[in-house]
Amino acid sequence: MKKTYKIDVDCANCANLMQEAARKTKGVADANVNFMALKMTVEFEEGADEKKVMKDVFKACRKVEPDCEIDF
Amino acid sequence: MNRKQRKMLIRICIAVVLLIAAIVIEKTGLVRRDGTFGFAFYLVFYVLIYLEIGYDILRKAFRGVINGRPFDECFLMAFATIGAFALALYEKSGDYTEAIAVMLFYQIGELFQSYAVGKSRRNISELMDIRPDYANIEKDGELLQVDPEEVEIGTVIVVQPGEKVPIDGVVVEGRSTLNTAALTGESVPRDADVDDEIISGCINMTGVLKIRTTKAFGESTVSKILELVENASSRKSKSEEFIAKFARIYTPVVVYSALALAILPPLARTVFSADGGAMWSTWIYRALTFLVISCPCALVVSIPLSFFAGIGGASREGILIKGSNYLETLSQSKTIVFDKTGTLTLGVFEVTGVHHATIPEEQLIEYAALVECSSSHPISKSLQKAYGKDLDRSRVSEMEELSGLGVMGTVDGRKVAAGNIKLMQRLGIDAGDCHSVGTIVHVAMDGEYCGHIVISDVNKSTSKQAIEGLKAAGIEKTVMLTGDAEKVASKVAGELGIDEYHSELLPADKVQKVEQLLSQKRSENDKLVFVGDGINDAPVLTRADIGIAMGALGSDAAIEAADVVLMDDDPLKIAKAIKISKKCIGIVYQNIIFALAVKFGCLVLGALGVTNMWAAIFADVGVMVLAVLNSIRALRA
Repeated sequence: MKKTYKIDVDCANCANLMQEAARKTKGVADANVNFMALKMTVEFEEGADEKKVMKDVFKACRKVEPDCEIDF
Repeated sequence: MNRKQRKMLIRICIAVVLLIAAIVIEKTGLVRRDGTFGFAFYLVFYVLIYLEIGYDILRKAFRGVINGRPFDECFLMAFATIGAFALALYEKSGDYTEAIAVMLFYQIGELFQSYAVGKSRRNISELMDIRPDYANIEKDGELLQVDPEEVEIGTVIVVQPGEKVPIDGVVVEGRSTLNTAALTGESVPRDADVDDEIISGCINMTGVLKIRTTKAFGESTVSKILELVENASSRKSKSEEFIAKFARIYTPVVVYSALALAILPPLARTVFSADGGAMWSTWIYRALTFLVISCPCALVVSIPLSFFAGIGGASREGILIKGSNYLETLSQSKTIVFDKTGTLTLGVFEVTGVHHATIPEEQLIEYAALVECSSSHPISKSLQKAYGKDLDRSRVSEMEELSGLGVMGTVDGRKVAAGNIKLMQRLGIDAGDCHSVGTIVHVAMDGEYCGHIVISDVNKSTSKQAIEGLKAAGIEKTVMLTGDAEKVASKVAGELGIDEYHSELLPADKVQKVEQLLSQKRSENDKLVFVGDGINDAPVLTRADIGIAMGALGSDAAIEAADVVLMDDDPLKIAKAIKISKKCIGIVYQNIIFALAVKFGCLVLGALGVTNMWAAIFADVGVMVLAVLNSIRALRA
């Protein structure tokens, strides 16, 4: 399952870091951050609880970029 | 400017004013530097300015260390400026301005970057401003605005002049002209009449249209296009991958070099040289200068921005590129393979000549069109089109269709036969074969030969120019593939100036041919592009390095299979797409080379002690500003 979320982040490098962080989160099969469109596309692993996974993704992203926002 | 940016601007202004005030107080001697009071006064004053401009950087740096990510740019900035402060204290020089200036310029750079990126983001979304906000539904004689997503298939929607068509559909009432510029880059308006299919994203210009929707909003052209463009930059190009990788190793390398620079030379001096001592503070200062230059932002920001702008600029021209990687590959294309029908030719059959006519040409066409009027064969359609007027069917009687030969019938009381050479032979009429390429319709009246009409597929008016444009854009070989007869293929190839052609191919043969051409490439970096109209050539589109589908308005299959989609069917757009890609890649390389050259130059000069921290921060911020400005050029195709 694939879903797209609106994000807010200031710099391109931070967006790359968020992408890395999201990819490493459990339950995420693949993640892509589009800094220009300010969007994050997350592909969830099968059977993953998307709400719960997104909470972890957000936490992981906050760790690398304290200012970031994910709208989920 | 958003709230965050305005706040930053105010902070920068305050810092500048305070800094000037501090310098003025010092120069006018209002508070003297000597003595404990003076020392403390300036220290506190400068530290306050420093904190005012840099507190968020310090906080981020601190959090980065806690979270185990020591090498981010905030940490580097914090470390370098605090280091500069410490050196100033240690040397008792009292020159704290340097640390503050570094922080100040860094913040100005960040502000500019965020402003420029936001601005180009808005520019590009304005370019692609085709998303309709609402759809009008008529209810009890009143127009209701509803969310397009809620409109079900088969609903009749009303589009008023000046509004965007929100959903694909068929006109049921009204007549108007449509502006498709936002979709195709084509400024000539299209006419819309009852029963015409309308695609979403066009702007209705003159009259009110009632449209019965044939698709849901999510499946409509406009949604598909937006989805495609917005997702384009998530397919990263090799240059972007390179920069991402580079940034990951570059920063740690510079940091360790800085450490080495701070420690090794002074140690060496202590051991080997008697004079002058270790000069610790000089080398530490040089190391700190290193740290200031170490931020890779110029590259990390400008490269994706260039691609984003390039893709945005292309979509403005009606060229949809599905990803940065395709933009990059497109710029390396050397061979272009065309499917003939629908790509270089119109794919519709037209009367292209009337030969050996014994009666006036118009009359010959008129009789042929009349006698063929009840036939459903495409030939009949093109004859009717050539005739151009409404056919009076009552003039025709005793129609007979002879399969594989042609038709016979009575028109205005005269016996007319229209068909191929075999029909003429069967009727015992002497007809000469024609040297022209295409389908030949011989016409005879009352047993006498009247001449023949040549019907053939016509080249698009811009095809020849497009091939020339491609050659000018650096394409080395053009190849045409077609299922048509050898004679037709050689004529088209000759007329358009195509280097190589292969005729009488079945769809499966086309894949083979493309594979053969792929294996003939001289190097991995010479890319092969296949251009088709998206009908029946999905396998070839996928097989080629880049598949371009033309005239894809409304064709989902083509949008799926191709890497680049041309919204209208003008072959000139292919050359345009390649030019855009070359320009964009050019900008990317300019930025990479420029940024790296300046950075490495500054690193070397910094290590030798030629530059100071001021120059370093100017180099860092300046390069970024220039690189970002250069990137934005890609937007204008």
